[in-house]
Amino acid sequence: MNHIPIEYYLILSAVMFSIGVAGVLIRRNAIVVFMCIELMLNSANLTLVAFSSYLGNSIGQIFVFFVMTVAAAEAAVGLAIIIAVFRNKQNINIDEINIFKW
Amino acid sequence: MNLELVLFIFFALLALFASIMMITRKNAVLSAVFLILNFFALAGLYLLLNAQFIAVVQIIVYAGAIMVLFLFVLMLLNQRSDESILGQKNKLKIFAVIISIVVLFQLAYIIFYSSPSSVLNPELQKSIQSGSVEMIGKELYTNYILPFESAGFLLLAAAIGALVLAKKKFEQ
Repeated sequence: MNHIPIEYYLILSAVMFSIGVAGVLIRRNAIVVFMCIELMLNSANLTLVAFSSYLGNSIGQIFVFFVMTVAAAEAAVGLAIIIAVFRNKQNINIDEINIFKW
Repeated sequence: MNLELVLFIFFALLALFASIMMITRKNAVLSAVFLILNFFALAGLYLLLNAQFIAVVQIIVYAGAIMVLFLFVLMLLNQRSDESILGQKNKLKIFAVIISIVVLFQLAYIIFYSSPSSVLNPELQKSIQSGSVEMIGKELYTNYILPFESAGFLLLAAAIGALVLAKKKFEQ
């Protein structure tokens, strides 16, 4: 039933992860940086689901379920932090949010 | 060229196209829309892998709930999309591209070095059952009940934390 080698899924996941890394480093909008982190989480999920399916058990998919839970919590708290920062500085450009730097 | 390979190539190209468009669009709302497209392509790949439950949850939770939250905050903040990708410091951009290519080569090296398809037992054919709601529910409510309850507490803590962070400060 598995005609596709698992390497195809792994390479696709690796390429998507690298695109996410490039996005985090290139983009300056804090919300877009968050979306790039979501992209990286999803590429890791693809690896987990591929191995789970090719090994024939469902433990990997349960792990993906928990990754999604953590991603939802992270998105909620992160966006609340961004709103709080925006309320103080009227800006979400991460080059100008440097109050932790000295 | 069987149907499975054709579908895989279609969804893989769609996912790559959407993710590249996502990091190169100047307008953050367009980035979010392309990320949603990427999530739908990933849901198609999960269906190809017989992970029906994860595919549905991917669409409902990610493309539905989380991305609506992102779009809501984007439109609430109403940023001018004046972020110029080409105009910024070029050195930083080259550095970023080099780092991501290094990461990609590391991952590709690990994948080809370990050659997982030669290790995987072909007897372990994936059954259509392994990704069904029944199997995942059975595992979640028996062997993984403690992590499941902890995930519930995590979501509660995140909801309270988001409320506390986003509300206005009380007058002292």
